[in-house]
Order: sequence, then structure tokens, then C-alpha cells
Amino acid sequence: MYGWEMLSFNIHDGFLEAIVRGNRSGLLTAADYNNLCQCENLDDVKMHLTATEYGPYLQNEPSPLHTTTIVEKCTLKLVDEYKHMMCQATEPLSTFLQYITYGHMIDNVVLIVTGTLHERDVNELLEKCHPLGMFDSIASLAVAQNMRELYRLVLVDTPLAPYFSECITSEDLDDMNIEIMRNTLYKAYLEDFYKFCEKLGGATAEIMCDLLSFEADRRAVNITINSIGTELTRDDRRKLYSNFGLLYPYGHEELAVCEDVDQVRGVMEKYPPYQAIFAKISYGESQMLDKAFYEEEVRRLCLSFEQQFHYAVFFAYIRLREQEIRNLMWISECVAQNQKNRVHDSVVFIF
Amino acid sequence: MSGQTQRLNVVPTVTMLGVMKARLVGATRGHALLKKKSDALTVQFRAILKKIVAAKESMGEAMRASSFSLAEAKYVAGDGVRHVVLQSVRSASLRVRSHQENVAGVKLPKFTHFVDPAAGSAGPSNASPSLTGLARGGQQVAACRAAHVKAIEVLVELASLQTSFLTLDEAIKTTNRRVNALENVVKPRLENTISYIKGELDELEREDFFRLKKIQGYKKREIERQMAAAKQFAEEQLAEEVALKRGISVGAATNMLVAGGERDEDIIF
Repeated sequence: MYGWEMLSFNIHDGFLEAIVRGNRSGLLTAADYNNLCQCENLDDVKMHLTATEYGPYLQNEPSPLHTTTIVEKCTLKLVDEYKHMMCQATEPLSTFLQYITYGHMIDNVVLIVTGTLHERDVNELLEKCHPLGMFDSIASLAVAQNMRELYRLVLVDTPLAPYFSECITSEDLDDMNIEIMRNTLYKAYLEDFYKFCEKLGGATAEIMCDLLSFEADRRAVNITINSIGTELTRDDRRKLYSNFGLLYPYGHEELAVCEDVDQVRGVMEKYPPYQAIFAKISYGESQMLDKAFYEEEVRRLCLSFEQQFHYAVFFAYIRLREQEIRNLMWISECVAQNQKNRVHDSVVFIF
Repeated sequence: MSGQTQRLNVVPTVTMLGVMKARLVGATRGHALLKKKSDALTVQFRAILKKIVAAKESMGEAMRASSFSLAEAKYVAGDGVRHVVLQSVRSASLRVRSHQENVAGVKLPKFTHFVDPAAGSAGPSNASPSLTGLARGGQQVAACRAAHVKAIEVLVELASLQTSFLTLDEAIKTTNRRVNALENVVKPRLENTISYIKGELDELEREDFFRLKKIQGYKKREIERQMAAAKQFAEEQLAEEVALKRGISVGAATNMLVAGGERDEDIIF
């Protein structure tokens, strides 16, 4: 398939690829981050950001600025860009773009279901949902009392419907089940996305499958580490791992029986791509793992821009923007809380 | 000073003097006791002040750590994690219990925190770690929770200390006011009253003495007068005797005539 995309790719998707590559140059660079790290207060951060692409979104904010405001406005920019691309997209790119948002959709569904279980106001919950994961019937999620109803009344009309087939068995919703439900859904989503990308074929399949495998492996490792010491059984843990990726299937078997972080490290060191990540972290330390994974993810996402005529750039762009928002949030928090020495701990430079 | 001129409005009697003396003794003892209480409270006050300073310092540290751990959790688990955590809480599991402690008769409120096991099982804040952020950031959420629990502990301790601080402050002020009132008003007034009563009693005694002197002098004079009269009488008797011996008393004879003529006016001669 190689080389053949370039014959027909630009007919439908050339414009959008140009747009996304243009947007990519608007991402903050290392120089920007260095400037931001020097800031004394949030107004300085705002001043630096007004010189970047975030300018129009932040310039009208009144002065007592808060971290959440900055994050909100930056997310707004991401959403606007996404909507712009979504409007221009044709099949199958539009489906691909929709797939990117399903993760947020799952989070929103879970949030509303959790809130409903604890008798919160639905309108209040809706405000807290991620704007990328909104769909039309989301407000009616509040009526659901158990899984079957949830599926029958609301989710059957959403793109998430197929993912529920796996977790429809558990009848009543409680805190434990909801978190497991979220991860089961996410697993189904990743697998579906993976299949979709394989179907697209070509460079898209090649790059996206790599990115999604990394995502699935990272989830597997995180689920393992975070479920150590909880009531989650080994079998349940095993069920939450996605059925693809570098670790599938033998790595999953080993991860499922891990009892502490060092065992996880032992498993992961057998896989060369992850050896480097775990080599960075000293023994018994899992706090820096997230940053190491983020760095690796950013590196892989950036690499996807090296090839042309594929859809992975859209995925990469949205993910990089999200990482950038995380970076900005971290910098703002550090500046606001006067913890300047920690600023560089978690900022992942993009490009 | 006003204390110098003030005294109680009492009748200066010996009984009153006894009463006043008893009251002075009572006031002195009360003063000593209150002084001791005030000292004890001050010692406690200083100790609490020291603890408050320490707690405030550690509070700054704890609050900074907790809010920073929240930032860490948000970084790893995404901004939405706070909503997830907030929505899954039913009721607070960390409760504050209040009880009283007695320091030198002053009731100090004390707060202690405890984990409500009934409420804890509902939310993610129970003893066993929850599954929140299972896919990403679960550890940071747990760390954030631990940091905030620590911050709440410090806050509860500080609240307890500060409430006792205020109560103790009030108690010390009241006690000191009482001590000062006893020392500067009640005791001088009682002493003044006692000295006044003593002065009045002395005065009365002097008066009595003077009166006795006076009466004695009068009696003496009377006796002298009587003696003189007796002497005169005796002389007169002597003279009469002499006159009787002579025949008739000259004086008596004339007198009798004059008296008879004067008194019996209705007698017609």
C-alpha cells in the first residue's frame, strides 16, 4: 500500500492535513516553555501566552486569574480547532476524528452516571463534562439506574453502544463497578479504534497501530500499578487489559500477577522499547513513571509528523495539544503555588 | 486615691469589726487563690501559644504540600479527575469530635478528628484504596488524598488550639480583673473600714473615759459640797444647841412668827 495514498489522499484530505500541520507550528516550543517557567505570577503567564496562539482566548480575562481559567480557555481553543477540522472532514477522516473523542465521551458518561448515583444535579454535572466528549442525549443519562437501562435508553443511540456489550453483565452500579466499567469501555474503545485503523490501511494503519499499542501498553502498566493493594482481583485486572499491543498476550499474563512496582519493572524490562523508560526511574519509585510515559508518547506523536498522507497527524495533534494544556496547567500551578523548583519536574517539551 | 477615702457604710461596733476582719481574711485568701489560678492559666496560655506557632508553621507546609499534590494528581489524571472524585463522595468520612478539658476550672473545648467508618464505605475515602484513576493517576489521587487528610489533621489541631487560646485569654482576663479588684478595691476598702471602726471605737472609749472623769469630778465636788453642808449643819446645830442652852433660839423665834403670819392668811386675829 505504500506510496499509493499520495495519489488520492489530497483529493479529500489534503486541505485538512495542511491545516493540521499549520496548527502544529502553533504549538508552544521549548523557548516558550522556558519563558513561561520564568514567570513570577499568573498575570505574567497570561502575558506570555497572549503572544502565542492562545492570545485571543486569554486576552479578555479579568486580572485575578486562576489556573482553572487558563486550562479552560486553552481547552476551548483545542475544541474550536477540532470543530473546525470536523466541519471540513469527509469520510473516512470524519469517523477517524470522531474516534479521537470517544475517550472523553466515555469519561463523560461515567461522570454523569457516578453523579446520578449520588443524586447530584444533572445540569451541574453537564458543566463539568469535557467539551470534546459531549453528545446529544448525554443529559438523559441521569435516568438510568442500572446497566441494562443505561444501555437500552441512552447509549444504544451513541457510538459507544458496541462497547457496552462487554460490561452489560454487571447489573447494579456502584463505585467499584463504575471504575471497572470505565476501563472496560475504554478497552473496548481502544480495540475498536485499533481495528478501524487497520481497516484504513496504509501509513495510517502503520502509525496509528503503533501509537495505539503504546497507549494500550501504558494503560496496562498503569492499571497494574494502580490496582496493587486494592480489591481488584487478578482475573479482573487481566480483563481490563486491551487485547493488542506489544505486551499482548504474554506480558499481560505476567502483569496480571504482579504484586509490587518492582515486579512490574521486571516484566517491562523484557520489552526493549520500554526498557529505556524504566531505566530512567530508580528502584521503588513510580512517581516519575507518568512523566516518562508522557515523554515517550510525545516523542512518538512527534515522529508521526515525519510522514505525510496519513490520518495519524490529527490524532497526534489533538494529543499534543492535550499534553500542552497539561504542561500549561502544571506551570500555572507551580507559579501560582510558588513552587518554582518543581516546574521542570513534569513539563514535557514538545518539539 | 479613691481607695483611701472609700470605706463601707457600717455602724462602728465591735461586732462589725469582727465581721469586717473576717471579710478581710476571706478576701486575702481569695486573692491568693485567684492569683495562683491566674498563674496556672498563664502557664497553660504560654504553652498553647507555643503550640499554635508550631502548628501554624506546619500548617503552611501541609497546605502547600496538599495543594501541590492536587496539582500533581490533576497533571497525571487529567483535570476531570476532581469531578470524578467529587461526584463519588456521599458524606464526609473524616469527622471532628468536640469535648471539654478542664484547666484550673476553665473548660477548654478540644477537637479531635476521627474517621467515620459508616460514611467512609460510601465514598472513595475509605481505608482501602479506591479504584479512582485506575488507568492513570490512581497513585497520585491516593497521595493527594493522604496529603489533604494530613492538612485537615493540622487544621483541626490548630482550630482546637485557637479556640482554647481564645477561651483561656478570656478566662485570664476575668481572673486578673478579679485579682486586681480584690487587691486594689475590696481589700483597701475593708482595711479602711476596719481602721475607721477602730478609730470610732477609740473615740468612743475616750469619750467614755472623759465622761467618767467628768462624773468623777462632779461627784467629788458634790461630796465636797455635802461635806461643807454637813459641816455648816453641824456648826448650826452647835449654835442651836448653844442657843437652846441659852433659852430660845433667836432666829427660830423670829422665824416662827414671820412664817405663821405669812401662811395663815385666813386666820383672823
